[in-house]
Amino acid sequence: MKVLVAVKRVVDYNVKVRVKSDGSGVDIANVKMSMNPFDEIGVEEAIRLREAGVASEIVAVSLGSAQCQETLRTALAMGADRAILVETDVELQPLAVAKLLRAVVEREQPGLAILGKQAIDDDANQTGQMLAALLGWPQATFASKLTVSGDRAEVVREVDGGLETLALPLPAVMTTDLRLNEPRYVTLPNIMKAKKKPLDVLRADALGVDIAPRLSTLRVEEPAKRQAGAKVADIKELVARLRTEAKVI
Amino acid sequence: MGILVIAEHEDGVLKPSTLNTVTAAGRIGADVTVLVAAAETAAICTTLARVAGVSRVLAAEAPYYARPTAENLAALVLSIARDYTHVLAPATNFGKNFMPRVAALLDVAQLSDISAVVDADTFVRPIYAGNALATVRSADAIKVITVRATAFDAAGEGGAAAIEPLAPVADSGQTAVTGRNLTRSERPELTAARIIVSGGRGMGNGENFRILEALADRLGAAVGASRAAVDAGFVPNDYQVGQTGKVVAPDLYIAVGISGAIQHLAGMKDSKVIVAINKDAEAPIFQVADYGLVADLFQAVPELTGELSA
Ligand SMILES: Cc1cc2nc3c(=O)[nH]c(=O)nc-3n(C[C@H](O)[C@H](O)[C@H](O)COP(=O)(O)OP(=O)(O)OC[C@H]3O[C@@H](n4cnc5c(N)ncnc54)[C@H](O)[C@@H]3O)c2cc1C
Ligand SMILES: Nc1ncnc2c1ncn2[C@@H]1O[C@H](COP(=O)(O)O)[C@@H](O)[C@H]1O
Repeated sequence: MKVLVAVKRVVDYNVKVRVKSDGSGVDIANVKMSMNPFDEIGVEEAIRLREAGVASEIVAVSLGSAQCQETLRTALAMGADRAILVETDVELQPLAVAKLLRAVVEREQPGLAILGKQAIDDDANQTGQMLAALLGWPQATFASKLTVSGDRAEVVREVDGGLETLALPLPAVMTTDLRLNEPRYVTLPNIMKAKKKPLDVLRADALGVDIAPRLSTLRVEEPAKRQAGAKVADIKELVARLRTEAKVI
Repeated sequence: MGILVIAEHEDGVLKPSTLNTVTAAGRIGADVTVLVAAAETAAICTTLARVAGVSRVLAAEAPYYARPTAENLAALVLSIARDYTHVLAPATNFGKNFMPRVAALLDVAQLSDISAVVDADTFVRPIYAGNALATVRSADAIKVITVRATAFDAAGEGGAAAIEPLAPVADSGQTAVTGRNLTRSERPELTAARIIVSGGRGMGNGENFRILEALADRLGAAVGASRAAVDAGFVPNDYQVGQTGKVVAPDLYIAVGISGAIQHLAGMKDSKVIVAINKDAEAPIFQVADYGLVADLFQAVPELTGELSA
């Protein structure tokens, strides 16, 4: 079975982004970029499926500017077999990403598409569900455990009150949650090897998909800042102030 | 052409997140319909019919709506969505699961996790773990929206809505829910609690959470956690507060042994009063705490519980 994994290039999770003073967006010039952490988990899961003899080939896909090639090289260094960049300089919103991924899925015919549950830049949490809908495939979001047997999958997923188990036929879309696995580190020899693995570039406009943004951002602001309060000397002072000053207990 | 809200419920009881979503819907327009999909809808519909601001309640009943899959819920919503200008659901794992399917099948964008309504086309939503707030306008004919419950008050009582049946859509037969393992607790639900006591990696292990539970019981509080505490297996996944966990905004949030990473702050920094207990005076959590205590939690927490009992 072929497994397709989507990997998004995002601002590294350790960076605290700054809002531009003109309110037009956040300043990401010269900021460290990395693979979306949920997508690292996706790549890791695909590799484990191959190691278990379930997956035969892992195709990593990224959509966006030419720089996404770096993200794809990371996926290849982790262990993906080949990579596809769908290149465009148009701002991609989740619906457009889902439509482009559908076109890639139709060409590649994977048995499973793995996406992250959420990109940590737009915090949208949409693309996997949209892709599943567009393909008419079943979905298993927020996965914390995956078992594949033949043409069926069992997925344990994180829900608001705990865990839920789904049984679903393949092909399907799965989105990863934090507890699915712990991604491996890339090693130097594997980074070298990854340079020789195939990376195809498709132009987004060659896929015949409407990717025009539907949402326009009018302004981006910094949220109201919380002021640091006071340090209290001991528990007695804490309780007294919560009772008489804050009046919350 | 009104606004459609999809009700969230569990075990025949309406979830409070639905009431916050009704308030958000009311900020967009006056004609609010709420859809209930359940195996038995009567009790939930009766509750909803009395909610202020609700003009109509639709009841779709089928055995497979007891634990609805995203496929089945999306198909049901799609069967009526074109009669509305806006479709809203809470931005909980419930809403996040099926709403993007609805949006894709309508060929519209989704607005995720809105925290304010500017006008019928324009909404505010946090991005980058809440480090920025984007004001976003949609050009689509139907707006599919998930709502950050903590940003809107719960709708109160005082309504007298009509309840009407809605035909279910046939089971897709694709996905089956074969098991559920829910965390049972006598304590209040995290997202609806007035007080939350949260523990982080500093708790050391799951056993030690008992001292937090004792404090929570004294305060009538819910118990939450950081991702590190969940990943380490101290507590179940549904305790996680943060950018990729639950968003909470209680009157009082007590962070114990939590450093205050941006991903954690994203889920709790709108709490009214924040207390931090941490042995590291430099921990970033103190930058957002109204009251900070630099102390070893294993002494401070039992002492706090004792002081409250005194
Ligand atoms: C994609 C992604 C998503 C994430 N989503 C979330 C999320 O939703 N929620 C979340 O919480 N995190 C999230 N994180 C993780 C986040 O970055 C931090 O790693 C995490 O919040 C740290 O948890 P912590 O504060 O418990 O642990 P640590 O950072 O290790 O802090 C432990 C603290 O305990 C203190 N301590 C230790 N012993 C004691 C003692 N005896 N007495 C008092 N204090 C003590 C220490 O001084 C320290 O400050 C996410 C990360 C990524 C990459
Ligand atoms: N531009 C992109 N390139 C590759 N994958 C993407 C892209 N945008 C979104 N995704 C995938 O969709 C997931 C969820 O993103 P989102 O819906 O934007 O929160 C991500 O974790 C990725 O797996």
